Amino acid sequence: MKFDIIGKRYWFFLLSAILLIPGLISIAVQGFNLGIDFTGGTLLDLKFARPVSVTEVREALKEHQLENSTIQLAVSDQIEVSQNVFIRTPELSDNTRRVVLSDMEKKLGAFDTLRSEKVGAVIGSELTKNAVIAVVVSWLLMIVYISYRFELKFAVSGIIAIAHDIVLVLGVFSLFHKEIDASFVAAILTIAGYSINDTIVIFDRIRENLKTHKKTESFTELVNRSIWQTMTRSIYTVLTVVVATASLYFFGGETTKNFSLALLIGFISGAYSSVFNASPIWVTWKEFEERRRIALKTSGPK
Amino acid sequence: MRWGNLTKFLAVVFVVLVASGYYMLPLATSIKQGLDLQGGTHVVLEAVDTPEAKVDEDAVQRVVKIIEKRVNEIGLTEPIIQRQGERRIIVELPGIKEPEKAIELLGKTALLEFQDESGTTVMTGKDLKDAKAEIGQNKNNVVALEFSEDGTKIFADLTTKNVGKHISILLDKKVLTNPVVNEPIPSGKAIITGSKTIEEAQNLAILLRSGSLPVKVDVMEMRTVGPTLGQDSKDKSKVAFAIGIGAITVFMLVFYRLSGFVATVALIIYVMLLLFGLKMLNATLTLPGIAGVILSIGMAVDANVLIFERFKEEYHAGKTLRAAMDAGFSRAFGTILDSHLTSLISAIVLFFLGAAPIKGFAITLGLGIVLSLFTAITITKLLLRMLMHANVFKNGKIFGA
Repeated sequence: MKFDIIGKRYWFFLLSAILLIPGLISIAVQGFNLGIDFTGGTLLDLKFARPVSVTEVREALKEHQLENSTIQLAVSDQIEVSQNVFIRTPELSDNTRRVVLSDMEKKLGAFDTLRSEKVGAVIGSELTKNAVIAVVVSWLLMIVYISYRFELKFAVSGIIAIAHDIVLVLGVFSLFHKEIDASFVAAILTIAGYSINDTIVIFDRIRENLKTHKKTESFTELVNRSIWQTMTRSIYTVLTVVVATASLYFFGGETTKNFSLALLIGFISGAYSSVFNASPIWVTWKEFEERRRIALKTSGPK
Repeated sequence: MRWGNLTKFLAVVFVVLVASGYYMLPLATSIKQGLDLQGGTHVVLEAVDTPEAKVDEDAVQRVVKIIEKRVNEIGLTEPIIQRQGERRIIVELPGIKEPEKAIELLGKTALLEFQDESGTTVMTGKDLKDAKAEIGQNKNNVVALEFSEDGTKIFADLTTKNVGKHISILLDKKVLTNPVVNEPIPSGKAIITGSKTIEEAQNLAILLRSGSLPVKVDVMEMRTVGPTLGQDSKDKSKVAFAIGIGAITVFMLVFYRLSGFVATVALIIYVMLLLFGLKMLNATLTLPGIAGVILSIGMAVDANVLIFERFKEEYHAGKTLRAAMDAGFSRAFGTILDSHLTSLISAIVLFFLGAAPIKGFAITLGLGIVLSLFTAITITKLLLRMLMHANVFKNGKIFGA
């Protein structure tokens, strides 16, 4: 007998909770490091000729009352100085930005502008609104489609699994204070797409097995069997996607780092939740219904 | 007969490999790349109401014309200027060296000048009330000018002094037209003849009307990715993509052997079709777009894995190679259809509801899904059929079972 995934499902629900709780707490306590795509503002990504420190940059910004800006050295090592500096300030007018930049050049020496962005607050809130509407509508339609092809219980279980993956990625990004920008939204949507795709393959097998299902076989056994029948495929598929994403993470440029990190976590979580959350939730729901049906029958009027 | 099938199979593989060798890279590099990948400046402008001037359709059209003209003057290759909604204008300037200068140029007020033959500026855009394209008396296309009260006086004086001479009309110091004065014009209404088509006259009229930005224009959004960073992302993305595809190929070959080889060939055809489709749709590949490509390649691989796993099951249950393969296809089909259609639903929704970067994702994903469905159930099947009908390989192991 292969490992009894469904029998141990409460352990996996617990594992998911353990994975999700730190992130949820972090989201509640410190929230997200929202990029200017959402909040509006100005972002400068500069590469100085000589390494500079955060203090130096802050000092240079003081004159323009921008000393409270977010200043980050774009190197992961815990070092004091770097040539690469990210500066995030409230929205600056084109003129102010020019003045700030030329002043910085005077004080800190020459630099190359790698990236310079300004997003108006209106655009930022539009992006957020559109993203939320798009996600909600697409999920509703997915539920309709899956309910039509399968049943509502499958649809809801699948969506819960998607939510698991998304909350996990959001939690990790909140915990490590990684910046969330417009391409992060695309990453989240990709994760949702992958996760539901993965879940549907297993559900499809369950549906197929249900057709030839004998009364002696419990839901637990049936779903276990279905999961194991699709296990090789689940592993192979997640491996290929993870390899492709990992190569983007490790060999891709600086601009794709956060993006591929989100995908990487999401894909792994998606494969996990499809096997260990989605189908187990469906079984739990089915069994609960079964018990209630029996209870109703036995306690009904005699 | 059986050797015929093998020959056909080898011929197809050969053609695919040669074609991909020739076309893959040119095709991949000819797809427009978003500014986040290649570097450049993306500016969103919005026309805003002021107490003096309210935004209307005509005002926005004039703003677009002026901006087009200015961008062309910077001499950039492939700038994009687009209307978005009622009041917004998107300007994309790829590979720009001095973004600060360009932004300054986009926002500044245009200058329309009327000069006499000596090159002295006599009037400016504020003296012009209106300019319209009209069909003149002799059915020729003309631009009718109407001056303001002050303008009428100056223009009357100018034309009286310059009969038989040229007057130059300049926009941002560049000559738009230089008509000859036929007679003094005291009425404040004049026509310029000489436009060959009505479109030409309309164009000139719009440019004349755009003597100054008719409304206030704000920079809503400005993103510049420097050439260093752009080039870096592009180079590294290429390496990452090559490694990713390479790893998937090795993986498929190791786990599914000959079937894996067929899947790889199908995957190459899939990538070619995807690139071709993106080019046909004139899509722009951005970072979110790459996410769409990754997900759709993942799904294409997954479709093949699903088929092969089903084949393995059927083969182990005692079916012949051919019967097992047919059963594998038909049983995996439902799953592939369901998983693809679910993703297609979200791609369609995102295309209609998402903001610009999300649209890019939706297009690549949507196209990828349709093509993945197509290649998995036709090309993979066709190639495997040829191979199995050749009857050369009889052991299931060689097909990955």
